[in-house]
Amino acid sequence: MTTTQADIDREILAGQADGPQENQPRLDYPPYRSSILRHPTKALHPIDPEGVELWAPCFGHSDVDDAEADLTIQHAGEPQGSRIVVAGRVVDGAGRPVPHQLVEIWQANAAGRYAHLRDQHPAPLDPNFTGQGRALTDADGYYRFQTIQPGPYPWRNHLNAWRPAHIHFSLFGTDFTQRLITQMYFPGDPLFALDPIFQSVTDPKAREMLIAKYDHDLTSPEYALGYRWDIVLTGDHRTPLDTEEPS
Amino acid sequence: MSAAPGQTVGPFFHLGLPYEKGNELVPPGRAGAIRLHGRVLDGSGVPVPDAMIEIWQASPDGKILQQPGSLRRDGWTFTGFGRAATDADGHYWFSTLAPGPTEPGKPAFFAVAVFARGLLDRLFTRAYLPAPKDLDALLESVPEDRRGTLITEADDTGVVFDIHLQGPHETVFLSFPRHRGIWA
Repeated sequence: MTTTQADIDREILAGQADGPQENQPRLDYPPYRSSILRHPTKALHPIDPEGVELWAPCFGHSDVDDAEADLTIQHAGEPQGSRIVVAGRVVDGAGRPVPHQLVEIWQANAAGRYAHLRDQHPAPLDPNFTGQGRALTDADGYYRFQTIQPGPYPWRNHLNAWRPAHIHFSLFGTDFTQRLITQMYFPGDPLFALDPIFQSVTDPKAREMLIAKYDHDLTSPEYALGYRWDIVLTGDHRTPLDTEEPS
Repeated sequence: MSAAPGQTVGPFFHLGLPYEKGNELVPPGRAGAIRLHGRVLDGSGVPVPDAMIEIWQASPDGKILQQPGSLRRDGWTFTGFGRAATDADGHYWFSTLAPGPTEPGKPAFFAVAVFARGLLDRLFTRAYLPAPKDLDALLESVPEDRRGTLITEADDTGVVFDIHLQGPHETVFLSFPRHRGIWA
């Protein structure tokens, strides 16, 4: 029997009722069908980080060119779609900025198509848009990308399944335990309630942390709309007063 | 302050994350180079062809490095960070150096992060070098029948570390205090 959106909606509702609201995604979340055989069934093992886990890999200007933060200039012509700026600050669980750290993004084009062999959605590829970018945060933890508003796109989780428009974000903190890969969404997307990946986070306040805010101060006249998205990582396990260099 | 939730890397992460020589912390075949490799398997034992593994490790003399250059390898600088996507058979590999213990009497390990389509958030684990002489807090606290999931096995080219996301051989995955809202 084909699974419909109504079936998924019922499963999402049941998932919200059957336990406490959680601010991280449930790894065991059957409405997202691909998770069924790919989540651990045993509890995560609690342990204090040690050695390298207390430090993060270091990236610098030898790794990332400034131009990589502009996804609209990677080809000879202008990409199709609405130009946007996405900017914000990466902070740790104590609200401290994460300086000089790597931020990586990838996304679909304006038509909702990824420049990826496995994306068979019959929407046009854009020869002027790859959809991949990198940046380093500055000394105060700020990053800024210029890109194209991605389109929503269909997927095969169930019949007539569509993902809300999003940009994938990959982040590092100051220790390895803060490593985060997530997705940034756009305000007011009508697909939020229908999407099992977004709804795998059962706490609505936590889901809101994934939604950028329109920010007119980031909008540039006659050029691009601006979205602000601040990213909070988990806490750093080194103490704030620890100025020790790595051994 | 609560942290932003993770979300799956999805099926198209190859567009954004893997990069040239990401899995070559040192050039393959260089003196001292070992291969760290294995497969990522789902709960039915089926290889996962769209997973990504990151390793973060100390140098052979146990130093924790703060050396840029992981994304554009110059062939000489050892940074301690690597990234590899699995292939169609769920196999990944790194060319690297064996890490040393970061403290005397501690077993040496690679810190490992696992990402995949179908996996809603990253998982952390450790890959210890084969037959550790000393146990640390993690190895001591894991029941003996699951301890082996954290320990690599030697082969002709280096060490093997299979990652079972689920099932009878499920890998031990970790949670750290500040993931659980515990403020030390």
